[in-house]
Amino acid sequence: MYKILKAETLAANIFRMEVEAPRVAKHCLPGQFVIVKMDEVGERIPLTICDYDREKGTITIVFMPIGESTQKLKSLQAGDSFMDFVGPLGKPSEFCSEDIEELKKKRIVFVAGGVGTAPVYPQLKWLHEHGITADAIVGAKTKDLVILEKEMSAVSNLYITTDDGSYVRKGMGTDVLRDLVQNQGKQYDVCVAIGPMIMMKFVCLLTKELGIPTIVSMNPIMVDGTGMCGACRLTVGNEVKFACVDGPEFDGHLINFDEAMKRQQMYKTEEGRALLRFQEGSTHHGGCGQCGGDK
Amino acid sequence: MTDVLKRVPVREQDPKVRATNFDEVCLGYNKEEAVEEAQRCLTCKNAKCITGCPVNINIPAFIAQVKEGNFEEAYKIIGESSALPAVCGRVCPQESQCEGKCIRGIKGDAVSIGKLERFVADWAKENGIKPVPAAEKNGHKIAVIGSGPAGLTCAGDLAKLGYDVTIFEALHKAGGVLSYGIPEFRLPKDKVVAEEIENVKSLGVKIETNVIIGKSVTIDELMQEEGYEAVFIGSGAGLPMFMGIPGENANGVFSANEFLTRNNLMKSFREDYDTPIAHGKKVAVVGGGNVAMDAARTALRLGAEVHVIYRRSEAELPARAEEVHHAKEEGIIFDLLTNPVEILTDEKDWVTGIRCVRMELGEPDASGRRRPVEVP
Repeated sequence: MYKILKAETLAANIFRMEVEAPRVAKHCLPGQFVIVKMDEVGERIPLTICDYDREKGTITIVFMPIGESTQKLKSLQAGDSFMDFVGPLGKPSEFCSEDIEELKKKRIVFVAGGVGTAPVYPQLKWLHEHGITADAIVGAKTKDLVILEKEMSAVSNLYITTDDGSYVRKGMGTDVLRDLVQNQGKQYDVCVAIGPMIMMKFVCLLTKELGIPTIVSMNPIMVDGTGMCGACRLTVGNEVKFACVDGPEFDGHLINFDEAMKRQQMYKTEEGRALLRFQEGSTHHGGCGQCGGDK
Repeated sequence: MTDVLKRVPVREQDPKVRATNFDEVCLGYNKEEAVEEAQRCLTCKNAKCITGCPVNINIPAFIAQVKEGNFEEAYKIIGESSALPAVCGRVCPQESQCEGKCIRGIKGDAVSIGKLERFVADWAKENGIKPVPAAEKNGHKIAVIGSGPAGLTCAGDLAKLGYDVTIFEALHKAGGVLSYGIPEFRLPKDKVVAEEIENVKSLGVKIETNVIIGKSVTIDELMQEEGYEAVFIGSGAGLPMFMGIPGENANGVFSANEFLTRNNLMKSFREDYDTPIAHGKKVAVVGGGNVAMDAARTALRLGAEVHVIYRRSEAELPARAEEVHHAKEEGIIFDLLTNPVEILTDEKDWVTGIRCVRMELGEPDASGRRRPVEVP
């Protein structure tokens, strides 16, 4: 069992938990992720590593409940435990193995979308610890959904934007990036974009236009997360890659986002029905049209 | 008078009934049936069956004990060579191993060695008989990577020799392919797999799940920091292969590993488990091996019409004869000498069909099987 030491709400429907997982905490690096399973009947859910403490042996995860399984996750409190917690999965970000002096010469910009801020944070923190302060653009739908502002600003030059203009400025992350490059004279050698697939797709369209090599972190459907099942396969260039073992980070200009987004819809109907059943609880009488309830 | 050339038939669930449930197909022998079948063994001095067994179980010796009704003794004899009799009795390809070499088989049915092994293992479980742990520990630590059949066997054997063994498993459940791959209807998880794992643990073996060697901890760390003196790697098959035909990444196309893992490990066939499985009403399974049969029969039980698409003919099907026979009985349709060339999809990228070409058999290839070539 993997004990939850801290559980808190970061923003409307975004949750942060600190979990005891010494083996993961000892080895994880920015870019990697974990898979959690709440109980015997639960799904294996891939989640972002937002932070880690090697001394304490803990991993901090951040998630936004969407389907039934993540809805259940948020009910966990400090003192509760995950039945299963495995990692670190995937490859670390490329820069972790680069020559640090070479890396220092690079001008890096991060674009984070919504809850995608969480996996960006450990990357910025790692760079900051190695003497590099990168630019970071955080885009959120609205003010209430801006997370980790304090943590982010401590380790990066932070630019926040909201879709509805309720905080700092109005616009998408892509608008800020375009403005920085085209109007503020910024130049970048590499861009790292993490967030919903649709957001990463648009960042990549822009950076292609601006000529900035771009790394994205893909979050497709997964089952085992160890390279065994192929559920997370993506087309990268002309090759099929598995996000769990070949990624999750890839050259964003080579990803077939349209295919990846269609694949992400695969269980949408079933997830929706399951969520309905979960939310309605004992008052659910089959309105989902599937479970053969009594009405 | 029973015909000594014929094996004692084993009771099975009716095909029509079992096609709708995930309960075990084969019900196994009872005591009387097992003793009767054991009588057929000729107790050969130069027993060929032993040489056909990958772990060299003393087959005539254990069957001789079954003949006498000494099932506990039979269990001990099997236990000298095998850590997983309840599993092996069910899923080993006996027809090409022990039973393939059986002298009885020259002029009739081979002795049902697998079914007898299964009977002995199940009898031992029902009667609370456990394998015997080592009398003395030798204090040497060994790490076993992977808790599949190889890892469990290795760990069990080492523990019996007195070693202090820990198995590391990447998934949340031990068993490897026994847990994620082979379906419930062929190898019950709670009744058989979990019990066999408990037996291995009762020998003193520890199992740590959720550890990916190389990621959660490295072999160097195991040896330098955690005190392991040797490491056995039984890591399994690895990444699935796809065919490389158009449409393979469409929604509704799964590797057998994904389909079976969802169903078997994550138990998506059960209402009370959360993991979903998409299976469709009409399913094509490409391939003719045991895994293809498992996937096909799983899809059938989930309610689909299932076609097995195989590019060679029936004689070349690599699956065990018993599996093919069971699949046919249950209503799986075999489209033989058929090879898929494209998976067809709708505008949302969901599978709508599969385009195939007819094949015929040409000259034998390197594997000795006749190579399928497209009919022009």
